[in-house]
Amino acid sequence: MSEQPSIFDILGPIMIGPSSSHTAGASRIGYIARQLLHDEPKKAVITLYNSFAKTHKGHGTDKAIIGGILGFGPDDERIRDSHELAAQGGLEWEFKFVGDFVRFHSNTARVKLEGKHGGTVEVVGASLGGGRIRIQEIEGFTVDFNAQLPTLVIIAEDIPGSIQKISGAIAEKKGNIANMFVARNENFANMIIELDEHADKETVEKIAALPWVKFVRRVEPMLEGSSRYEK
Amino acid sequence: MEFNLLSDIVEYCRREKKDMAQAMLEYEMRNKRLTREQVYTGLKRTLFVMEESVEQGLTQQVISPSGMLNNWAKTILQCKVDTLGPALKKATARAIAVGEVNACMGKIAAAPTAGSAGILPAVLVTMMEEHAIPRERILEALLVSSAVGLVFAKNSSFAGSEAGCMGETGSAAAMAAGAITYLLGGNEEQILESVGFALKASMGLVCDPVGGLVEEPCTTRNAVGVANAFVSAQMALAGIKSLIPADEVIAATKEVGDLMSPRLKESGQGGLANTKTGREIQKRVFKTAE
Ligand code: SF4
Repeated sequence: MSEQPSIFDILGPIMIGPSSSHTAGASRIGYIARQLLHDEPKKAVITLYNSFAKTHKGHGTDKAIIGGILGFGPDDERIRDSHELAAQGGLEWEFKFVGDFVRFHSNTARVKLEGKHGGTVEVVGASLGGGRIRIQEIEGFTVDFNAQLPTLVIIAEDIPGSIQKISGAIAEKKGNIANMFVARNENFANMIIELDEHADKETVEKIAALPWVKFVRRVEPMLEGSSRYEK
Repeated sequence: MEFNLLSDIVEYCRREKKDMAQAMLEYEMRNKRLTREQVYTGLKRTLFVMEESVEQGLTQQVISPSGMLNNWAKTILQCKVDTLGPALKKATARAIAVGEVNACMGKIAAAPTAGSAGILPAVLVTMMEEHAIPRERILEALLVSSAVGLVFAKNSSFAGSEAGCMGETGSAAAMAAGAITYLLGGNEEQILESVGFALKASMGLVCDPVGGLVEEPCTTRNAVGVANAFVSAQMALAGIKSLIPADEVIAATKEVGDLMSPRLKESGQGGLANTKTGREIQKRVFKTAE
């Protein structure tokens, strides 16, 4: 039996209007970029593509993405004032617009963040409707995950045995891997590991300490839909 | 636990001697491994957000950024004329209220979508007030409407871009009709009849929002969806039968949605969006907004 929808996917999501794809999904893309940065963002460059580029103002897509970058969930009423709040908090941002880019889904955003401690990250995500999203690119790697499960994003040198070491570190703490995807470029491998439960800090630190690992981040699913209440 | 058709749920109710709300409670508990309390916590939160969104639209200043919506809910509430008594007027205002709050970036429960988010809250708040129904029962009614939505989502679509507005305000009216029928003592068969009536009235409804914004005609369509729900439940409670069974009506919405031109499915290129005035509004809104 495939995964059945939750009644809360039908009766929700609980969200800030006006549009689940242009507002709720947009804020989630911003929020995931923030988690991947793992720092307080000080600068954001956001490129909106296709329908996002054409209708962002009418739908508040720009406010929703900045809200997500500030760490607001899709149901956080501060989204409406996110630009003022970001300015007060010292975030600088810039929007760019690309009206027609056929390679991307109609509602796509690229978010480039720079953190107060110097880190950077670049993420491309698409908003699919109903508040659901798909992350399609991280740091230039093609990826594909929906951030519905706790997810580890790892970029590491592509050396033999690296996958075993990493999955070993997760299994050691009885973490259960639900799905795993690997993408490679010349020297590096990108691993997206979806887990049944949150990875604890220790596991993450252990993986980060491996000398050939460049980047480890936890992405936690947002509290909405079936996971909106405490389990 | 899997329900694919409304008749599956009715069958389950008969076999297990449960009502539709209990069936959906078990569905959620089993599939998501939750306790009854956890499911009810989620339902309470959903109802709370619905009530708040109604309240905000009726009390706060709500002018959408496009200027298309301007405190209409309050205007309706203040109207001296009642077409059919104060209850219908208030229900109308409540549906509009949520639409306005949504357009103004307020918080709503997208049940089942943001565009159709006014129908269930307006119906449930009205039922509480007019029939003095306790909150606990209203939470059960939410479970019943989730049954309707679940089956609709599986066999048709909530997306305006796939099923037109029958997927949004049509399905929401059907969910609300089922809730009313349940709350007023209708049995499982009667709930299904009310769903059938509500969807037949929405058959072929196109999605044609002006400027692509969830405002015109979405907001007033929510209000009409409320009337649809009450009328559909009235017929079902009287024992009238939808000659086409609800599951088949849902299948027909899928067929009709597939046959509908893409121009009439959220493209902003057909129907009201493509009228002279619709085009003018679009130009004005997006020029001033850029
Ligand atoms: S017209 Fe389209 S956008 Fe508006 S409520 Fe209906 S389906 Fe949603």
